[in-house]
Amino acid sequence: MCDTCGCGEHEDKITYQRPGQTSHSHTHTHGNHEHTHEHNHDHDHEHDHNHNHDHTHPHDHDHGKTIQIETDVMQKNNLLAERNRGFFEARNILTLNLVSSPGSGKTTLLEKTIQQLKDEINFYVIEGDQQTLRDAERINAVGAPVIQVNTGNGCHLDASMINHAVKELNPAANSVLLIENVGNLVCPSLFDLGEAHKVVIISVTEGDDKPLKYPTMFRNSDICIINKIDLLPYVDFDVQVCKEYALQVNRRLQFFELSASKGEGTEAWFKWLKERLHSE
Amino acid sequence: MHEMSIAVSIVDIAVKTAQEAEAQKINAITVELGALAGVVPEALEFCFEAACKETIAEGAKLELIRLPALAKCTSCGFEFETDQFLNVCPECKAQVLAAGGQELQVKSINVD
Ligand SMILES: Nc1nc2c(ncn2[C@@H]2O[C@H](COP(=O)(O)OP(=O)(O)O)[C@@H](O)[C@H]2O)c(=O)[nH]1
Ligand SMILES: [Mg+2]
Ligand SMILES: [Zn+2]
Repeated sequence: MCDTCGCGEHEDKITYQRPGQTSHSHTHTHGNHEHTHEHNHDHDHEHDHNHNHDHTHPHDHDHGKTIQIETDVMQKNNLLAERNRGFFEARNILTLNLVSSPGSGKTTLLEKTIQQLKDEINFYVIEGDQQTLRDAERINAVGAPVIQVNTGNGCHLDASMINHAVKELNPAANSVLLIENVGNLVCPSLFDLGEAHKVVIISVTEGDDKPLKYPTMFRNSDICIINKIDLLPYVDFDVQVCKEYALQVNRRLQFFELSASKGEGTEAWFKWLKERLHSE
Repeated sequence: MHEMSIAVSIVDIAVKTAQEAEAQKINAITVELGALAGVVPEALEFCFEAACKETIAEGAKLELIRLPALAKCTSCGFEFETDQFLNVCPECKAQVLAAGGQELQVKSINVD
């Protein structure tokens, strides 16, 4: 396996598994690119990084012709995400894409939310994880239908994985679909899944300057949850400073400060979720 | 590393266009990449070679046009190019956030 680019032998295989089921399905992300390549890690790139920013590029390809394209690289993912979004809207399924660093408390928040609201709301969960079924088992234990997408070496969920997972999960109308993305604040920010809102979670054991270090994620989110506030007395984390930084990056951000495990502050989050589901 | 998926998407777009033009081989792919697009250029270059394998783009060159983000100081008005989101104004030392630099686009291909 190659640490640098994350490509190797098995990692282009995505698996979809449900707790208690013995069979699981696969898809291959890279289509016809079955690459069992050996990288020689010491090759030198002849790419010239000293581009001057005027757009004249006199790269002389001795022959050949140039075809203009001007296509957004994310176009295919974005189109599929819009199809997912259309499906969710038609069935009034409120879909949230939860993103954070590993360990910020995504799974804990999902468990508590489902336990608290399952008599009022139908929840469905898609769990993204590189290798294990652990998070899906935790969700299964609190009684929500869940599917685990193992991304192998892939560091994010994409719209096609969600499309596939949703077909297996078959969420009912007027429900809430919670997607726990792979723990990582960089990669998932680029991949629209078709969600109504991206929810970024930061815990107070992380630095309060995280919004400035990962601006793309905070800019692309609508909701910011500051978790583990029960630990505030023990850590050097200034909630006000964190919020100010986050707002500098994204004026629209709406905040919830809570402790997923102890319950403090979760009422406002539950209330928002219920109102948001019934607002359409 | 999402750069592998990005590299595969770039090659897919290029191969599709080349096939539509009935080209035999892709010599080079030109991609515009903003400094704040969330893609590490070195990682993308590394993955690109792998993504081209066993396609008509095998061996193609990746021409990256790297575009800067722009920062305008709200304290003194000084404007400058940057590749970081958070900056210190070179003139007055105030904190300045950058704008733009989100580009991630396949601009053109060169084919035979
Ligand atoms: N003290 C405290 N610990 C928490 C809280 N929320 C989650 N944790 C703990 O943080 C760890 C990681 O939580 P988890 O939900 O698995 O994080 P994930 O990787 O984002 O899904 C676990 O040990 C949780 O018990 C909280 O509000 N307060
Ligand atoms: Mg988890
Ligand atoms: Zn200034």
